[in-house]
Amino acid sequence: MSAGPSKNRYHTLVVTVENKFGVLARVAGLFARRGFNIESLAVAPTDDEDLSRITVVVDVESAPLEQVVKQLDKLINVVEIRELHPDHSVERELMIVTVMAEPDRRDELVEHLDRAGGKVLSVGTDAMMLSLVGPPARIDDFENLLRGYGIIEFQRTGRVALASLDGPGD
Amino acid sequence: MQMDGGRALIRALEEEGVEVMFGLPGGAILPVYDPIIDSSIRHVLVRHEQGAGHMAEGYAQATGRPGVAMVTSGPAATNIVTPLCDAYLDSTPLVVVTGQVPLPAIGTDAFQECDTTGITMAVTKHNFLVTEAQDIPRTVKEAFHIATTGRPGPVLVDIPKDIVDPKNPRSAMEWTGDVEMDLPGYHPRTGVDQSAIEAAADLIRTAERPILYVGGGVLKARASEVLRKLVELSGIHVVTTLMARGAFPDGHDLCLGMPGMHGNFTAVTAMQEADLLVALGARFDDRVTGRIDGFAPGAQIVHVDIDAAELGKVRRPDVAIQGDCRVAIEALVAALAAGGVGNVDRTAWRSRISGWQERFPLTYEPSAPGDRLKPQYVIEQLRDATPEDTIVTSGVGQHQMWASQYWNFEHPYTWINSGGLGTMGFSIPAAIGAKVGCPDRMVWAVDGDGCFQMTAQELVTSTVENIPIKVALLNNSYLGMVRQWQDMFYEERLSEVHLSQDVPDYKAWAESMGCVGMRVDSPEEVPAAIAKANEIDDRSVVIDFRVAADEKVFPMVPSGAANSDIVVPPSQEDQER
Ligand SMILES: Cc1ncc(C[n+]2csc(CCOP(=O)(O)OP(=O)(O)O)c2C)c(N)n1
Ligand SMILES: [Mg+2]
Repeated sequence: MSAGPSKNRYHTLVVTVENKFGVLARVAGLFARRGFNIESLAVAPTDDEDLSRITVVVDVESAPLEQVVKQLDKLINVVEIRELHPDHSVERELMIVTVMAEPDRRDELVEHLDRAGGKVLSVGTDAMMLSLVGPPARIDDFENLLRGYGIIEFQRTGRVALASLDGPGD
Repeated sequence: MQMDGGRALIRALEEEGVEVMFGLPGGAILPVYDPIIDSSIRHVLVRHEQGAGHMAEGYAQATGRPGVAMVTSGPAATNIVTPLCDAYLDSTPLVVVTGQVPLPAIGTDAFQECDTTGITMAVTKHNFLVTEAQDIPRTVKEAFHIATTGRPGPVLVDIPKDIVDPKNPRSAMEWTGDVEMDLPGYHPRTGVDQSAIEAAADLIRTAERPILYVGGGVLKARASEVLRKLVELSGIHVVTTLMARGAFPDGHDLCLGMPGMHGNFTAVTAMQEADLLVALGARFDDRVTGRIDGFAPGAQIVHVDIDAAELGKVRRPDVAIQGDCRVAIEALVAALAAGGVGNVDRTAWRSRISGWQERFPLTYEPSAPGDRLKPQYVIEQLRDATPEDTIVTSGVGQHQMWASQYWNFEHPYTWINSGGLGTMGFSIPAAIGAKVGCPDRMVWAVDGDGCFQMTAQELVTSTVENIPIKVALLNNSYLGMVRQWQDMFYEERLSEVHLSQDVPDYKAWAESMGCVGMRVDSPEEVPAAIAKANEIDDRSVVIDFRVAADEKVFPMVPSGAANSDIVVPPSQEDQER
């Protein structure tokens, strides 16, 4: 593991697995049967077509991180596990959301969106579809802000993360 | 060489050195059963697939070689789930091959389709669904490698019918003779961390009240001999868990026997009072520790295990050593030989231990003249009348605990039981598997009447396949262990625990299966019946020992209690602890 454990409740693990049928079920099944809670999980193939990368955020109140890592490591298809320390990694999450936006509130909404760095994906008569990519905390804040407008439909991807190139991340 | 997948599967098993497999054919696995006719591998035809799995376990535990079972899809695969789980919890190396519906039918609820890899994911070390005939040899090689290295365990290989059926073009493959495994995520640990060994040796040198807590991992690592060196060099007392009986000889002065829920008072109490526990291939199971926060409160812990996830899972070790027990114990012996074993005076500790041994031996009330036969007495008689290297298997219940308590295990691999899962019905098929692996040894299955009725039909297998075993049926007409809990913790309100001593007629049932059947009612008849059974070696023998129904297993640490609250037999209640 790259960095020492942080004191946060949520820890981010990057798990490199063989890109084989059923591997996600093995990982998810392990979490379920050992009673490990996960906050989010994102999976996609890597640049090496034989491998996939799972970014999983573990709630360490349910089980010590060390147990989670050791049990994951026992899965035959798990190739590598790294913990990403929040101070030494870049974490991103994507949100797309359809939100109520009466014409008279649109300018204000777009202003908030611009400030957060998001995009307007489409505009309807009294709703807008927006997207935002950013660190999970910024997504949380923006989600809270949107509640004031009325969220119609909403999807977050769960976080993905990479170790920082050098020095502390953002 | 061009080959079909079915032939390649059998050939791959032969190349792994498989000499026997246990199984039962059916639709999806049919194409693989044809090449079995021409194979060097012996196939033992079972009467129920659960039997095949437990036989493979008995074979594996007796010989140290992986046990192999082969069954068809659907109900056969589900029938073998229990042995897979049993092998998983007891770290027994198995390779189980299951048939599967043809690939295009998977996911369609086809006849006898079940999601075998999905169902068994949680009870295997790993499993495979093979989708190309060409992958069969490599997968078989990987399955044996995974089953037998690191922490051993069961591996399942699910084979769709079309890739093994010579009539199907999908079964065509090229046998190349040398295949490379492709397991980028599997690197079982081979060495040990020398600094951890030194730290452990330091703790051993200064401990005043050390105990070696020996678990099944010592047997898996074939480390009994080097364990003996460690004990003799260090002079430290040993306890052997239910999974490790025989790993260190019961007859040795420093052996305290079995700890845990039904362990003897001295083994339980010595662990409880220790200032150092050296856990070797043991996993701090709740049946050993009792209430965990009350377990061995003053002990520092050295924990050796091949499985990193066991280190700190239950109790945080002061020194953790990840590695094979044999390698680790050898390193410990070397460290202690080089740096000395310390000069702590342990006279006081030794005399406390011998005091407990004197005041709290394992004991039961012998039958008064005319009384019912006592189950413990049967075990003692059997122990004294059989060769020292006899293999004993057991079911699950009171009879299991008495067998473990009253037998003297002087050799490793002479005790085979279902420890982690506690599977009723284990003993008869496990005994058959052990006998196949060790045909020159005497094999006794100690069974309960409840357990017997779960897997007794495998005695037909033993007769037809000529695998003679002996069964000591401790027939107390009850699901005795459950009754004991109802007696002790449910105010003697007995609910659904009574069987019948007479139905079935065990003697007649045994005879109908081709065995010699005997019935023993009184203590006086016991020695002659055992002597007669020991002389029979061309058939299986079942002795229906009709024993007292109300015996309890003592001592007992009630579930949820701390080990210091161990309940001793009534005759020892007034002894000073
Ligand atoms: C398959 C299975 N079902 C239920 C149990 C629960 N159980 C544990 S011991 C026991 C009684 C076993 O009865 P018997 O074989 O007669 O042995 P005894 O305790 O009487 O010696 C039961 C039902 C179990 N361990 N396994
Ligand atoms: Mg019984």
